[in-house]
Amino acid sequence: MGGVHPDDNKIARECPIEVLPLPDTVYVSMAQHLGAPAKPVVAVGDSVKAGQVIAEPAGFISAFVHSPVSGTVKSIAPRKDLAGNPQIHVEIKVEGDEWAEGIDLSKDLVTSIPDDRNAMLDRIKACGVVGLGGATFPTHVKLNPAPGKVAECLIINGAECEPFLTSDYRVMLERPKEIVVGAAIMQKILGGCRCVIAIEENKPQAVKVMSEAVSSLGYAGIKVSVLKKKYPQGGEKQLIDAVMKRQVKSGGLPIDAGAVVQNVSTALAVYEAVQKNRPLVTNVLTVTGENVPANMQHNYLFRIGIPLSFIIDHAGGIPEIAGKIVSGGPMMGKAVSNIEATTVKGSSSVLYLSEEMTRRKEASQCIRCGRCADACPMGLEPFLLNRLAKADDMAALEENAVQDCIECGCCLYSCPANIPLLDRIRIAKGQVMGIIKSRNIKK
Amino acid sequence: MTSTIIWTIVVLAGLGLLLALVLFFVARKFKVEEDPRIDEVEKVMPGANCGGCGFAGCRAFADAAVKAPNLDNNFCPVGGNEVMKKVAAILGYEIAEKVPQVAVVRCNGSCANRPVVNEYDGLQSCRVKAALYSGDTGCPYGCLGCGDCVAACQFGAISMDPQTGLPAVDDSKCTACGACAKACPKHIIELRNKGPRSMRVFVSCVNKDKGAVARKACMAACIGCGKCAKVCPHEAITVADNVAYIDFTKCKLCKKCVAECPTGAIHAVNFPVLPKKTETKEASNE
Repeated sequence: MGGVHPDDNKIARECPIEVLPLPDTVYVSMAQHLGAPAKPVVAVGDSVKAGQVIAEPAGFISAFVHSPVSGTVKSIAPRKDLAGNPQIHVEIKVEGDEWAEGIDLSKDLVTSIPDDRNAMLDRIKACGVVGLGGATFPTHVKLNPAPGKVAECLIINGAECEPFLTSDYRVMLERPKEIVVGAAIMQKILGGCRCVIAIEENKPQAVKVMSEAVSSLGYAGIKVSVLKKKYPQGGEKQLIDAVMKRQVKSGGLPIDAGAVVQNVSTALAVYEAVQKNRPLVTNVLTVTGENVPANMQHNYLFRIGIPLSFIIDHAGGIPEIAGKIVSGGPMMGKAVSNIEATTVKGSSSVLYLSEEMTRRKEASQCIRCGRCADACPMGLEPFLLNRLAKADDMAALEENAVQDCIECGCCLYSCPANIPLLDRIRIAKGQVMGIIKSRNIKK
Repeated sequence: MTSTIIWTIVVLAGLGLLLALVLFFVARKFKVEEDPRIDEVEKVMPGANCGGCGFAGCRAFADAAVKAPNLDNNFCPVGGNEVMKKVAAILGYEIAEKVPQVAVVRCNGSCANRPVVNEYDGLQSCRVKAALYSGDTGCPYGCLGCGDCVAACQFGAISMDPQTGLPAVDDSKCTACGACAKACPKHIIELRNKGPRSMRVFVSCVNKDKGAVARKACMAACIGCGKCAKVCPHEAITVADNVAYIDFTKCKLCKKCVAECPTGAIHAVNFPVLPKKTETKEASNE
């Protein structure tokens, strides 16, 4: 249902993953995951090693944070994040590159999977693994469905439907076997359900490499599936629809439809956590943009806590065409208002977009053409929601399922009148979700 | 022809009469007994239906006031003490007078004081802007300047000052209903005591950043130095999270803090200009 077809612009797809060098100082955010920000457990002046725990989860939905480098803790203070809002960051001065004990840094593939399900879950939690597809939801919570809910299918998301981004694609090409082992681990944790690695049809090379990895490793019940190219094919609910031909009911979770969706990079992180005891302190991001010189296009393996300005300088500075810098894809990514902000676990890109491409055009009247309703992958009516949001009609908004909006931006993209549909709908969604939550608490 | 017209009139008039009779008896039979005082109270209410009292409108307030055992928790900020006296007289309660309040915008990040560091071209709404990011200046706490408070005010008391880019409150029109304070996503607007002849002193900043950071983002930011707290003889000023706050119930309007503040973040408004002393900081009501 719905969806739009922007140019895929995967310009950096042929750039192999390079290891980004370390800056002098890193600033590790305590709010790198969905849920409560982590609580620092180190003090100023402590010396830490790479992979050592520096913050504990502060709630059920929260995650451990580890030091990405070895060095000395210089400060624990608020610092502005990507959006300019202050968050607690742990500042670490980099000294050498020494890793904590018990972490296997070798590149050898470990294919035998441990038997103890709970021990594996604990390891994933202890290594601070969160979903790397964008939402950064703690993985151990998602892999441990509530009692009574059974996972029938594990979907490994290799769709990467956002234009420009190539980090997941490169990870699939360069670490296919690790991803498959990671998928098999999660499959075992979920009780041996079937597993589908879903890849969009515009990545034939990745489909080939992943299929080869699956057949060479020979785990039972894993297969690669090719999906149509459209945005947002990689949305959780869209993937479940495409792979399992099932729809998640309004207000429900994927597990209600018997599905668990994890990103390919998350599968890699799970592999490294369980088989190598290696905490999640690295990820891959793409530096790219249209009309950006070829020598400025990169895929970097970065450590968390590195300022974006350092990455930009290392990649060759801000290109002339850049009118806006975005972190994440062009559809759902966030504009970077502060390039001193640092990388987090879920960082996926530094994207340069031209002013012409991003400048908002003046909005005119809605002509009820219905293109937004056609484009909405959740089957909502954005023009109606926009009107109700303007009138602050919360009851009608809830009736029209504003809470099911996935904020993909298809409505805004398709609107010929340039109406800022998503802006208003997002706010209304937040308000309605708040009302629903407080009502559930009262019950 | 004429008979058609006559018949039409007769039939319609007859129908009207019949239905009127039905309505009359139904209205008598199903009459809801309501306390007549509710109507009386509603009559003396301002009729703005602004919701400043916490009820859905003036009638809802009247209903609650009649049912409540006393008037301690019910107060109409728009009508103020005058209206409340009338309400108390109708209901036979006694009330303590409340000090009149006014909305105060606690941000002085004008275009001159606070440089713009990035450009926002999205929907002109503070709520939308705040949900996206911290704003187009270096200060993540200050006014976003899209005027949600102006839209929320039903009394036309707030307007955007084109020179400063900040909302300005018209004391004479403000009824302290608090709609603007609720609409502001940055919680800059506070209801404070109006003060004698509208004279009041307040810290016009809510920036919680450390001094150097705050000052870099805005020339007029409170840097949390605490000089004002030290000089205050009435212990009205507290400094928490790098920002000073003046408790309006303790402030005696001595203005010692105004002179002490190194960044001019403390504002004294509506004080008469003394003939000899030239104080430039006052008079502007931002």
